[in-house]
Amino acid sequence: MIDPQIWRATRAIFVREWRSELRNRQALNAVALFAICSVVTVSLGLGPLMRSTDVALVHAAFLWIVLLFAAFTALSRVFVVEEEQRTAAALRLAAPPIAVYLGKLCFNLVLLLGLTILVTVLAIVLLNIRVGAYDLLIGMLLSGSLALVAGTTLVAAIIARSSSRGALFAVLSLPILIPMLVTAVRGTALAFAGVSWERGMAPIQTLLAYAVAMFVASLFLFATVWE
Amino acid sequence: MQALELAQITLDYGRRRVLYDLSLQVTTGQVVVVTGSNGSGKSTLLRVIAGLQRPTAGAVWCIAAGVRYAPAQMRHAIGWMAPDLMLYRELSGHENLRFFADVRGITITDAAIADLLAEVGLAGRGGDLLATYSSGMTHRLRYAYALLHQPALLLLDEPSVMLDTTGHELLARVVARQRQHGMTIIATNDERERRFADVLVSLEVAI
Repeated sequence: MIDPQIWRATRAIFVREWRSELRNRQALNAVALFAICSVVTVSLGLGPLMRSTDVALVHAAFLWIVLLFAAFTALSRVFVVEEEQRTAAALRLAAPPIAVYLGKLCFNLVLLLGLTILVTVLAIVLLNIRVGAYDLLIGMLLSGSLALVAGTTLVAAIIARSSSRGALFAVLSLPILIPMLVTAVRGTALAFAGVSWERGMAPIQTLLAYAVAMFVASLFLFATVWE
Repeated sequence: MQALELAQITLDYGRRRVLYDLSLQVTTGQVVVVTGSNGSGKSTLLRVIAGLQRPTAGAVWCIAAGVRYAPAQMRHAIGWMAPDLMLYRELSGHENLRFFADVRGITITDAAIADLLAEVGLAGRGGDLLATYSSGMTHRLRYAYALLHQPALLLLDEPSVMLDTTGHELLARVVARQRQHGMTIIATNDERERRFADVLVSLEVAI
């Protein structure tokens, strides 16, 4: 049973993150612009891919590459901004570390889910993607986003105090994220191809298991990283 | 928290020794003033006591009910303010205090926050974004941040820098009140602040 105080602090951090974000829109603008530019550029350059037999896999790979790079742009900011604006010390002294992690994880998750909806809708419309199983696609995107956020939030805390944060975030995240990305791409391709739930469930289960493993590991490690 | 104990604190930045074998005991009601020239380690010492920085050797203990705790376990009892303490510029002064009260688990009314803001000289300015505050006003908000949870140990780093003459009166009030229920450690080079000292610690720059 988690202490109610932890929930209260988590909620306060989540609300504070959104309040700050909505007032300066740094992450939102950067991520939205990147996502829109990527999808529009690809749609204009390639047009609808109809002939390839692997079209579902190509669309899925494209979708997750955009989400991955948008995540690199936005998800590390929650900790980097605390260090850049030197507010981290005030937060360290006041907030339980676990609440800091949970609050920022929730913020990243909501941000990524919003981004995922934006990118997916744009990609479906502009690339004329035919989705065979919408329910499976939603399940894949939800579990994939959860796994992506769980895999990157702890790394974001680790790199926040380093000088070359951008490169380090990518370097540290990629080995952790590659297994989940491969699973997410293959699962999303299955959703585009319209396979049954029975066939499509395996990647969703893998992604959820990955997310839970990363989440539990982060809960144990975060206090050491943060302090 | 009833007492603070520093046991043989040494801190090195690479090859440069900042603090060496520093031991100190403080009990409730006492005010310690730490002086020393720039670079002598005053601010670093306060960060070590707050648990924001680990010493190379030695230990800091907060003692409550006869039990020793590391500073990280006693953060609810520590109030820290320093010129490099930054709060959230996108939030108002009131929102900042509400946020830090919530994450500390303090139940406090909006009226009590307004009273605290008035006490530090920010009456009527709580609704303004921190980004619009002057450096002196920002420093006053740091006082409110440090005092919000009525800490047993108050760490004040350069407490009157950036403040006008009423700022010195604020400091005197804060120190007098803190004497009644807790400990205060002030890092300063201001001669006027030495008068608060029950214990004076002078740090020298290591050669």
